[in-house]
Amino acid sequence: MTTTTSFAVDVPAVNVHGVSRIFAARKGPGVTALDDVSLTVAPGEFVSLIGPSGCGKSTLLRLIADLDVPTSGRIEVFGKPARQARIDQDYGIAFQQAGLLPWRTVAGNIELPLELHGVGKAARRRRAAELIALVGLSDFAAHFPDQLSGGMQQRVAIARSLAESPSLLLMDEPFGALDEMTRERMQNELVRICAETQAAVVFVTHSIPEAVFLSNRVVVLEPRPGRIRSIVSVGLGAPSGRGEDLREDEGFFRSLSEVRDLLHGDEAAGASPAGARGVETR
Amino acid sequence: MRRDAHVHPRLRGGLFGLAGLVLLALIWELYKALGPVDGVVIGTLTVLPRTTDLAMPHLWVMFDRLFEPVTGAASALPLWQAVSQGSLFTLGIAAVGWLVGVTVGLALALLMQRFRLAESAILPWIILSQTVPLIAIAPLVRRWGAQIQFGDFTWESWMSVALIASYLAFFPVSIGALRGLASPDANHVDLMHCYAVGWWKTLWRLRLPASVGYLLPALRLAAVSAVVGSVVAEVSIGLRGGIGRLIVEYAGAAGNDPGKPWAPIFGSILVGLVAAGFVGLIGLFLRRFRRGEASA
Amino acid sequence: MRTAQPGLVQTVLAPIVFGVAVILLWQGLVTGLAIKAFILPAPFAIGAEFAGNLNNVAGGMAVTGRNSLIGLVIGALIGIALAIVAALARLLDEMAAPIVAALSVVPIVALAPVLYTMFGAGAETARQLVAALAVFVPVYFNTLKGLRQVRPVDRDLMRAYAVTSWQATRAVTLPTALPFVFTGLRIASSLAVISALIAEYFGGPVGGLGKSITSAASSSNYGLAWAYVLGSIILGLAFYCAALIVEKLVTRRSGG
Repeated sequence: MTTTTSFAVDVPAVNVHGVSRIFAARKGPGVTALDDVSLTVAPGEFVSLIGPSGCGKSTLLRLIADLDVPTSGRIEVFGKPARQARIDQDYGIAFQQAGLLPWRTVAGNIELPLELHGVGKAARRRRAAELIALVGLSDFAAHFPDQLSGGMQQRVAIARSLAESPSLLLMDEPFGALDEMTRERMQNELVRICAETQAAVVFVTHSIPEAVFLSNRVVVLEPRPGRIRSIVSVGLGAPSGRGEDLREDEGFFRSLSEVRDLLHGDEAAGASPAGARGVETR
Repeated sequence: MRRDAHVHPRLRGGLFGLAGLVLLALIWELYKALGPVDGVVIGTLTVLPRTTDLAMPHLWVMFDRLFEPVTGAASALPLWQAVSQGSLFTLGIAAVGWLVGVTVGLALALLMQRFRLAESAILPWIILSQTVPLIAIAPLVRRWGAQIQFGDFTWESWMSVALIASYLAFFPVSIGALRGLASPDANHVDLMHCYAVGWWKTLWRLRLPASVGYLLPALRLAAVSAVVGSVVAEVSIGLRGGIGRLIVEYAGAAGNDPGKPWAPIFGSILVGLVAAGFVGLIGLFLRRFRRGEASA
Repeated sequence: MRTAQPGLVQTVLAPIVFGVAVILLWQGLVTGLAIKAFILPAPFAIGAEFAGNLNNVAGGMAVTGRNSLIGLVIGALIGIALAIVAALARLLDEMAAPIVAALSVVPIVALAPVLYTMFGAGAETARQLVAALAVFVPVYFNTLKGLRQVRPVDRDLMRAYAVTSWQATRAVTLPTALPFVFTGLRIASSLAVISALIAEYFGGPVGGLGKSITSAASSSNYGLAWAYVLGSIILGLAFYCAALIVEKLVTRRSGG
């Protein structure tokens, strides 16, 4: 077998191997944001990272996106180093803040990555129209971000992250700033979009129901130093089959309490009283 | 609701501004009518001006004087025309100075944005250079004219004036542009990093558009500074033809023609307003880059 | 990517190295290319002239400095007072706004000649007034901005206490506005010196730095003229640093 077969089915979308990230401090030993973390995400799999503030979930996402470099360990995306994957545009990314350019229209914002990578005008237009339809904003293509609600802006940001049809989506609390009702609607939409695009997703959140509803697996992290406490397989079936009624499903509640117990575990043991701060247990 | 809420705010501002001007004019005439002839003097210090027709001419004297010839000579232009010519001349020099200053200011800002070391080394000096009256050197570049020559190129006096103007203009631009170029959210910068685009593309697509909101006030300030610099440098270098020169020239006539010195002052006010208005026009074209930050 | 904060060495050393390099380059160019003194004298020559004429330069600094200081005080007082009135009375604010906006874009120094006529060409009053007008603009704008920074919660509280608008101004608005006032003063401090100095180019009595520069230049004594320029740079710096120190003291005490 030669290396050209590296795109075989068994190459994981993300492979995090023994990664640590220590932030240097002016004085003292520095802060260990991540300590020897290993994680594999299969192609098409939806994995959520959840944990209290300071557990390094966002740091892990930034490392996968090559926005930051691990102090030690190795990260591969589709079998290549994270840096190469970024240069090859193997992933799409969305942040908690929609981060739309205020001087570009909805369509202009979605076209931005295509434009930056030299896609022709006609192809750009076509792709943007597709994506705008996908996120249900067809009437707003010519609007500017300041004319949209927070939820609409976030949908534009998601459309933008999908622009180059990536096989991996990295999302850092994309619904964190939305109200609860918009949030549930956006979750339903994300499930539908993932089913359509077949992309793998690494999703950072601090909402337990959100993590359980969306994910195939929920990775529970613990803080100081950031480590993986446990990984919960949700087993609620393929994303395509998920709908609003899933929120009433018994399996959903079982996984919910399992994740919740894991997050609160150290609190019961008295190891870290502040352990679960910042996690919504609703 | 206020009763006058339906009046357009800009029109409203204009009306009140006009009222303010009228008030100012009234104070002038009222003081002239009621104030002591020799002014209010405390000890040997004149704290309020004399009210003679020479020291404080009636407003209508200043106005009427605009439409009389500059001098008694038969070929003399009406005063307002001479002042307009001088204003245009000064405006032209200020425009050259503004362009040079804006170019230098932008270049410095880009350099400082690109290299942290350049920012550390240059920025304190840029700030320092503006806290000191370096415009004092204006009389000293007078001799540059005709002394500097490279081949066919001769340094002319108006270039010295433009140079001083550009020196005053570059500072607000470099500071404003530097702040503007650094203004994009960390989010946006991260996004560009994710897209694996280089510094130049990030500059063109993100940093420059984002800096417009900071750049426009800086450009306006630069325009005003360029006008001030031109007027002052004309006076101290002794360049003929501009409004600065007219201000000094006509001031000499105050003894028997009190309305005359006011004409070039109105001219210089006009030049300042036109320069600021021009930048306002640029802002109109760049409107889309000044949309409120997406609440994101 | 620029992420790390620059160290102390870089923030202090880099500008010093740059400054020394520029002065040495200047000196080298002037001597190397034999540039004549009336175009640009060498920095060491300027330093020597400065030391040699210390008394004259100091005298000029005293005259111009006094004008600047009087202008600064008058302009600042009027600017702050009018800003307070404008913040209290909307009518006055709306009447003043276009005029002050216009004042900020016109060359104020152009008024110098008529001010000389109004107050007498032998007195320094005209220069002080030019400086005061120049100072007025940034002080007025910054003070007004500061007075409008009051947090709604504080304003509601004052409303709930049913105090008069003057009491509210003293208790809440002024402390909030103070840092802004001092920012305005810092900007104005440089402007005061610059304006007082260039007003001298438009006429009036001799003795100040501006007049000394022109008369030295017209008698081709360029080294001396540059020494006066150096004097005005020092004067400008002194004003700026004084304003900066006062600003730092005040904002630190008020916990800003």
